[in-house]
Amino acid sequence: MKIVVCIKQVPDSTAKMVVEGGKVSWGDAPLIMNPWDEYAVEAALQQKEALGGTLTAVSIGDESTKEALKRALAMGADDAILISDPVLGYMDTQGIAQILATAINKIGGVDMAFFGRQAIDADAGLVPVQAARLLGWPALTLASVIKIEGGNVRVERGIEEGRQIVTSKLPVVFSLTKDFGEPRYPSFMGIRKAARAEIPTWSLSGLGIPAPVPVIAWPEIMMPPVKEVTCEFITGSSPEEIAETLATKILAEKVL
Amino acid sequence: MNTFVFIDHFKGNALPSSWEAVGVGKTLGNVTALILGSGVEALGKTAFEFGADEVLLVDDPALADYRAEAFAANFSKLAAEQTPDLLVFPTTTRGRELAGMVAIDLKTGVMVDVTALEAAGDKITVTRPIYAGKLLTKETCSTKPQIITLRGRAFPKPPQQAGKSGTLTKVPAVAGDFPTRVEGYTTSESGVSLADANVIVSGGRGVSNNPALTPPAGLDEKAAEIWRAQQGFALVKDLAASLGAAVGASRAAVDGGYIPYAHQVGQTGKVVSPDVYIALGISGAIQHLAGMRTSKMIVAINKDPEAPIFKLARYGVVGDLFQIVPSLTAAFKKKMGK
Repeated sequence: MKIVVCIKQVPDSTAKMVVEGGKVSWGDAPLIMNPWDEYAVEAALQQKEALGGTLTAVSIGDESTKEALKRALAMGADDAILISDPVLGYMDTQGIAQILATAINKIGGVDMAFFGRQAIDADAGLVPVQAARLLGWPALTLASVIKIEGGNVRVERGIEEGRQIVTSKLPVVFSLTKDFGEPRYPSFMGIRKAARAEIPTWSLSGLGIPAPVPVIAWPEIMMPPVKEVTCEFITGSSPEEIAETLATKILAEKVL
Repeated sequence: MNTFVFIDHFKGNALPSSWEAVGVGKTLGNVTALILGSGVEALGKTAFEFGADEVLLVDDPALADYRAEAFAANFSKLAAEQTPDLLVFPTTTRGRELAGMVAIDLKTGVMVDVTALEAAGDKITVTRPIYAGKLLTKETCSTKPQIITLRGRAFPKPPQQAGKSGTLTKVPAVAGDFPTRVEGYTTSESGVSLADANVIVSGGRGVSNNPALTPPAGLDEKAAEIWRAQQGFALVKDLAASLGAAVGASRAAVDGGYIPYAHQVGQTGKVVSPDVYIALGISGAIQHLAGMRTSKMIVAINKDPEAPIFKLARYGVVGDLFQIVPSLTAAFKKKMGK
């Protein structure tokens, strides 16, 4: 099996985000592999272990993005590719999906591509389905259980009403949620291997495509309005009295 | 402006955010509701009552179960033929992925999870949260049709006008051999979806450490912790039941194995915006606050007076949730006549 996992590097989820001079800043918070993508790497590794084959991690970004790819290598990916090009600036999801789908086609013979459900920075959750559409593969999104046998795929996927059980045939795109199960930690050997790994860089001309022109623009980024709330602490001589006062106050707000 | 609205439903039951989407479309002009499914003509009548001017109904046994590829093919074909200015989807699991696929089919872009919008002529500018709501961004789309998905509960549900009707057109389904089959469903234990809930009662790590409880003999430390947490979540669920609320949880509670992931609220769980959010034993990590900060009213019960959750709370109680929550459940039952 030839397996690809697509990952993104993002500011840590604990980062305090601010807008300074119209630009987004996360202070000195570290950049990490998008937390959802860790589930994608885990799911991809489980298929590689079950079916045999190779796992290639792919990301788009500048040189620093190699750190996220090294995390995937340390977790157990066999190799990694960084797509980087000085002409790449802001991209919308359509452009990112186009680059990733082109890279997957260039790798060639890929049986399945794994994605996290969304990146915790832009929170769009569109790239997995858009890449699938461009590849012409089915998208099995929000997968929590994946079983593959003889090229037949069966997933349980999370929907509002519970889980939907869907079958398909390879090749497919999966997107993963936390429901899949905890991602593994990199092993000591994995970290050593990743530290020494040479990660090739592919340019857009290598992929044979021009820089995608974004159709979605972000004309203004803002801090959310600060909600002025003063907490009124409810006290009383007994739990019953506190509960009675609290229930009365909540109902008086007429939001229920 | 001519708008297509995707009516998201499960077995003929529309998700409330579908009607919110119809309402938004109506503020901009003419609304055509797209209903895809099998045996779902009755939804057309409801769509008119919520304000749709026209309904395009694709009713076919092949669409009995939602399959992304089949639904996207039908939606894209109709949008390509009728060239609406705007396509609106609710930000549901189905709505989000369909919007993404249709954008590729129509060579345009998507603006997801919109919480506000303004129109100038037939061009719209939207506002949406990024970084789990730590920031907001405005977005525009330079191509047509513009596609948006609306965050649930960010826009009002329009009033239902009984008997209002409009033009319903039946459209044959796109013939095609789509690559997926649906084998079935497992339904979730709770009937209330977090995204649509008016009221959410959530439990955190604090629900697992009731000092008054003695776990059954023979449990190891972890099993005893989970046993304690389950007793604690029973109180959370009782309070939720008394209010007709959905049950949420912090990441700590989910990672602790106290409750399934489907209940997680926060940056790596669900982002919710109910009228009332009651946080029990939740300290308020930044990732949790990101998932519930837009709730209209937040109530917190925690034993730590310094817990960050109190900074967002309208009402707070510093105390033992195991004593207060059962009393609160009783008080609501009495006051709400249940």
